[in-house]
Amino acid sequence: MEFAHVNKSEKRVDVYEKVTGKAKYGADMKFPDMLYAEVLHTEYPYAKIVSIDTSKAEKMPGVEAVITAEDIPNNEFGVIIENQQVLAKKKALYIGDGVAIVAARTPKQAKKAVEAIEVEYEELKGVFDPLKSREAGSQLVHDDLENNEVIHHPLRKGDVNEGFKNSDVILEREYSTPFIEQSYIEPEAVIAVPYQENSTVTVYGSVQNPFATQNAVATVLKEDLNKIRIVQNHMGGSFGGKDEVVSSMAARASVLALKTEKPIKMVNTRDQSIRESYKRHPYNMKYKIGANKDGKIQAMEIEAVADSGAYACQTPFVTWRSVVQATGPYEVENVKTDTYGYYTNNVYTGAMRGYGSPQVIFAQESLMDELAEELDMDPIELRMKNIYHNDSVTASGQKLDSHEVSLEEVLTKAVEKSNYVEKYKKYSKEQTGSKKRGIGFAISFRGCSLGAEAIDAAGIILSLKKDGSVSLYSGLAENGQGLKTVYCQMAAEKLGIETNKVNFMQIDTLISPDSGSTVASRATLIGGNAVMKAAENLIDKIKEYIAEKFEQKKEDIKLKNGSIYGKKDVEIMTLKEMASKAAMEGIYLTTYGWYVSPDISWDEETGHGNPYFTYVYGCQVAEVEVDTYTGEIDVINMTAAHDVGRAINPANVKGQIFGGVSMGLGYGIMEEVETDQGYIKSTNFDEYLIPTVKDMPDIDPIIVENPDPNGPFGAKSIGEPTLELGAAAISNAVANATKKRIRSLPLKLEKIIVGKDLTKGGEK
Amino acid sequence: MEKVDVTLTVNNKKYDLKVDSDERLLDTLRERLKFTGVKEGCSIGECGACTVILDKKAVNSCMVYTFQVDGSEVLTVEGLEMNGKLDPLQEAFIDFQAVQCGFCTPGMLMSTKALLMDNPTPTREEIKTAIEGNLCRCTGYQQILDAVESAAKVSRSGEDV
Repeated sequence: MEFAHVNKSEKRVDVYEKVTGKAKYGADMKFPDMLYAEVLHTEYPYAKIVSIDTSKAEKMPGVEAVITAEDIPNNEFGVIIENQQVLAKKKALYIGDGVAIVAARTPKQAKKAVEAIEVEYEELKGVFDPLKSREAGSQLVHDDLENNEVIHHPLRKGDVNEGFKNSDVILEREYSTPFIEQSYIEPEAVIAVPYQENSTVTVYGSVQNPFATQNAVATVLKEDLNKIRIVQNHMGGSFGGKDEVVSSMAARASVLALKTEKPIKMVNTRDQSIRESYKRHPYNMKYKIGANKDGKIQAMEIEAVADSGAYACQTPFVTWRSVVQATGPYEVENVKTDTYGYYTNNVYTGAMRGYGSPQVIFAQESLMDELAEELDMDPIELRMKNIYHNDSVTASGQKLDSHEVSLEEVLTKAVEKSNYVEKYKKYSKEQTGSKKRGIGFAISFRGCSLGAEAIDAAGIILSLKKDGSVSLYSGLAENGQGLKTVYCQMAAEKLGIETNKVNFMQIDTLISPDSGSTVASRATLIGGNAVMKAAENLIDKIKEYIAEKFEQKKEDIKLKNGSIYGKKDVEIMTLKEMASKAAMEGIYLTTYGWYVSPDISWDEETGHGNPYFTYVYGCQVAEVEVDTYTGEIDVINMTAAHDVGRAINPANVKGQIFGGVSMGLGYGIMEEVETDQGYIKSTNFDEYLIPTVKDMPDIDPIIVENPDPNGPFGAKSIGEPTLELGAAAISNAVANATKKRIRSLPLKLEKIIVGKDLTKGGEK
Repeated sequence: MEKVDVTLTVNNKKYDLKVDSDERLLDTLRERLKFTGVKEGCSIGECGACTVILDKKAVNSCMVYTFQVDGSEVLTVEGLEMNGKLDPLQEAFIDFQAVQCGFCTPGMLMSTKALLMDNPTPTREEIKTAIEGNLCRCTGYQQILDAVESAAKVSRSGEDV
């Protein structure tokens, strides 16, 4: 199929303002009479708040307001379970909990005043290990609950005991992963402006999910949704991270804005951001796998325990995605999976790109290589014997028959491009010298969009102006991933106009259609389908008009090259002429496109159902060099093959692959938010290390396209799949190089050399 | 707080300022002079988002007090576009999709601009060294490196003419 705009690496529509410094991010905005707010955080991870005295702070120069939990109309909010405190009321539950907030005329005055607030705490004995917090009689994190369990997702298929009985080989392994910081380079920033544009409060800033934040602010203020305006345009990265933590900031700033009747600006420093913001869930995972001598898997039994930290946040959904992906893309007759989330007094955990999949993929793809070794079988051969194909049935009983199951294709393309087979043979032999090379890979299937987490729908408004230009109103947000460009390309393709004739309007929750959150790699797929529908509706109106005025049959009318063509492909008029004429005649040329995803299902008791309506498939190969004296791991090459259905913008898809691989590399060998009894030890980029350009290898991206019948132009997802495989592939490569298996991330120096983590007193 | 008289030339325009003695160059540029293209990401000189060119060298403007650089010349991302014409680096960042969220972009542009001013023919390794202190969480750096390599070639061919 030939396209004019789609499937082409067109320039980003938002790039000019980004390369010239004109793009305004949250912290760049100012309003008249604006005040600056500063939060006082708890001194202890778990403490009773005995008293708060704000009287001295209130009298400090420039201070206009000081608030505590008493001033918050409704102090608890949450997307799934409403138990996140806007400000700590009776107890501080983790080290990032806020206790009081000052609004003052300058940031310096606000900081000074915060220091003058006197709080009396009674430090309590907290619980900081989910494996302890799950035990009967453990200290409770939330007094009103019976135990610390946030969620338990069971899945039962077949009979695992029977499966293990029929197995020639059984392996039992434990794996663990750490807290990870999303590390968006822009720290969170919001400005709440009272009584602007018919709203009670308008919040500008780095909001990943404007509608989730609108909900949170409305809940906290006890105000109607139609009075809460969230405006979002440019944002400096999010990766899942600017949801609840920013909602909390927005709510705090809004309370202060209404109290002072002045705009309130709140910008986190990096230290505040890392202290306060939620992290990727650490997991402890027990895997048991049974297989025949010929490599056919007979049974898998999995228990995964996630640390939810102080609040529920997204734990129920994050752990649910883990259930679906826990057995990997393998046909297994007998499966027993139990995935849990528990409260602790650690920093709370929530969404981060990958969302519950990188943890289980690390475990399950490490396990597959371990099983291959045990069976003395090639890792590719073992996978080929078990992977999903068309019509395979998943652990939850879903038959994969709606799209091309391209696992074999992505696997084959990635191993061929990386020369895996030859290198694996070479590196598997004894290597001389201290520097050893290794190669490894990992594969995955990933459900696209929200799945059975929630109703999955999105809307788009397209408005044809009388000069032929088009305004596009979306409820899904540009976080940096390129969504604006992709939507403009799709609309331009359908309407037969240039991409730069479509303008993606800033998101305004009082105007834009509520389309849920920009998460789960759903924007191209779900929002893209809404663009298609809106465009089709607009085209229909145009055709109706032309058919009537020019005695044409609707089916003969085509839109291309900015013009309208009729029978025998004769140009009738330009779209601009038509739009101008129609406007003068009072013809309304604004359309709505609403898309609801195909039916899905899930049974919480058994873990059975069709959790997602389509899936994507990926394979990443990593080649490493390990210095066995220093423990240093150098990732030399990475190859990443991803089936995206159709690449709407191939250069953007590659950008997603490069970025995802980089984040996966960080997860594999360097990143960890270290905590000690609830205190966070690494609160800035000098201690929390993310990959620099020098850490990055050459990356070979392979875009595989099997258009999906349910995707706009066949497109599916790419954001998250790119990140979930890297750590597992690198870990397998390191094991290939060193002949030692490390079962906890990150693969740090001392683990390579002495086989344990020295800072934690050694692991199992 | 004691005020200090400072003269700065920013993007070819001279400013006579009275600044606080603890005022960082970053604050002067962002808050006082409204060059908000200069970004703040970590405040400790680790992320490079606040990079500007100070007397021909790329520096983290969060690590410099304004009073220390009295009489200096500063170039920020806002000063790259001249008479409506983008700098070859800006053009290349656009053409190579080197921008995603765009928050690190101003710093990346200034680090690489300083590099090309000093060394018009950098190797890929030299480009990496120039942006080693600029963190990017979106792009994996690959398209940024491609963009800078290309811009260097364009600049050189421009000089040859």
